[in-house]
Amino acid sequence: MSDLSRRKLITTGLAAAAGVTGLGVAARLAQKYGLVPPDSGGIYGLGETLTYASQRLLTRHSLAREFSRSQISKRPVPNEMPPLSDAFKRLQAAGFADWRLSIDGMVAHPGTFSLAQLKSYPSHNQITQLACEEGWSYIAEWTGVPLSHVLNLVGVQPQAKYIAYFSIDPDWWESIDMADALHPQTFIAYGLNGDELPVGNGGPLRLRLPRQLGYKSVKFITHMTVTDSLKRFGKGLGSAAPEAGYSWYAGI
Amino acid sequence: MEDSVSIPGAASVTLSTTVAPRHSALVRVTHWLTTLCFIALLVTGIEIVISHPRFYWGETGNVLTEPLFKLHIPSSRALVPTGYGYVLPDQNGWSRALHFQAAWFLVLTGLLYLISGLLTGHFRKNLLPRKPDLSWRALSTVIAGYLRFKRPSEAEAWSYNVLQRLAYLFVIFVLFPLVIWTGLAMSLSFVSAFPASVTLLGGQQSARTLHFFVSVALVSFLLVHIIMVWFAGFRSRMRAMITGRPATDKEST
Repeated sequence: MSDLSRRKLITTGLAAAAGVTGLGVAARLAQKYGLVPPDSGGIYGLGETLTYASQRLLTRHSLAREFSRSQISKRPVPNEMPPLSDAFKRLQAAGFADWRLSIDGMVAHPGTFSLAQLKSYPSHNQITQLACEEGWSYIAEWTGVPLSHVLNLVGVQPQAKYIAYFSIDPDWWESIDMADALHPQTFIAYGLNGDELPVGNGGPLRLRLPRQLGYKSVKFITHMTVTDSLKRFGKGLGSAAPEAGYSWYAGI
Repeated sequence: MEDSVSIPGAASVTLSTTVAPRHSALVRVTHWLTTLCFIALLVTGIEIVISHPRFYWGETGNVLTEPLFKLHIPSSRALVPTGYGYVLPDQNGWSRALHFQAAWFLVLTGLLYLISGLLTGHFRKNLLPRKPDLSWRALSTVIAGYLRFKRPSEAEAWSYNVLQRLAYLFVIFVLFPLVIWTGLAMSLSFVSAFPASVTLLGGQQSARTLHFFVSVALVSFLLVHIIMVWFAGFRSRMRAMITGRPATDKEST
């Protein structure tokens, strides 16, 4: 009997040790290959990590579905918005001529771009779906310059891992990893359905990420920082969303 | 855990019925893990629906388009015209996080159940209806028994009848795969890699509507399941699913 229980104890102990080591190795590998999201702590961190890691492995280069012109929604929904600040209204009154997007951080040439400058680069279109975490969605044609084009201009350093981007609304900022930043459908968007991007939909400038929930497509962007760590931004969870209990990655 | 260790003394009596538990340890563990995940998914799913209690068909749908149908409940977003004069507190953050975490656990538990069920012959032995039971005569006898509120026989404490088998197979191999599929088809990122997963369903909003209906079917199953367990003898059936032994096993110990 005691022999049996000793053997059992040893095998159980060995199995447990192997399990813990296995998990440790898995965690280290996941960290090494950038499969751990910045909001991986806390009670829902495991679910977040499983989703982010599996989608990074399956969807790194996949393209968001594009639709035909006939599928474009008649009215693109301007979502609820906090009242616009005086600073925004002043820029709006001047036709956004003084709107600037600054990019700094781990780049060779930090820069500031006007709307006219951004529009002078080769423009791209995408007819994609914007889906809100609440459950509703619409399809629109977005015009803009791929973020990768602008990142090439400023020269991203090789050790960079994330781009943090900020709205003129101080409570709204997000970040994405380099896979999403360099994705061909990630746009700095300034046009919607053949027109200027309306303020209600994020004009004059909105980051557009068609493979992620609407809140990652931050409206009224004014600033971007290229970085290798998100620890020093806000509460260190990656963006404003996880600080409010929402997912950082938001691929689903 | 080791069932074989506890019998030696009382050897000769009713061995065949006492040795094998009614439900294997794996079935019991996965049953309760699934229960836990399902409750989490249900509560958080309701919370998520409250933020937009309108359903559509096709690719898109929003407050500016005509819904297929709407639930006449208040919403947690002012954007939704509900007719109620108030907006419920927003609970989507933790609800979504728990919904997806529970979905992960449910899928992993389901895989464990599926693989072990195939290896041990669980589906073949316990869930696949026996040929003679599928005749109209046999089926109508079972249905008539339910309609007359006949309490299940002693044999049914040890083996599922044909209707139970069909119901469980339907839930395991139709409803659960469908609810997982329709859930994944709502993910923008997932469908970028597997676009057919959403186009086959008729679009992202169709996937959401179908997800709702399959969930309603699963909840209906759960309610009937609980009522039937109650009807058959709540304590005995619960014991069977917790300890593996259904009725009193006084005679064997």
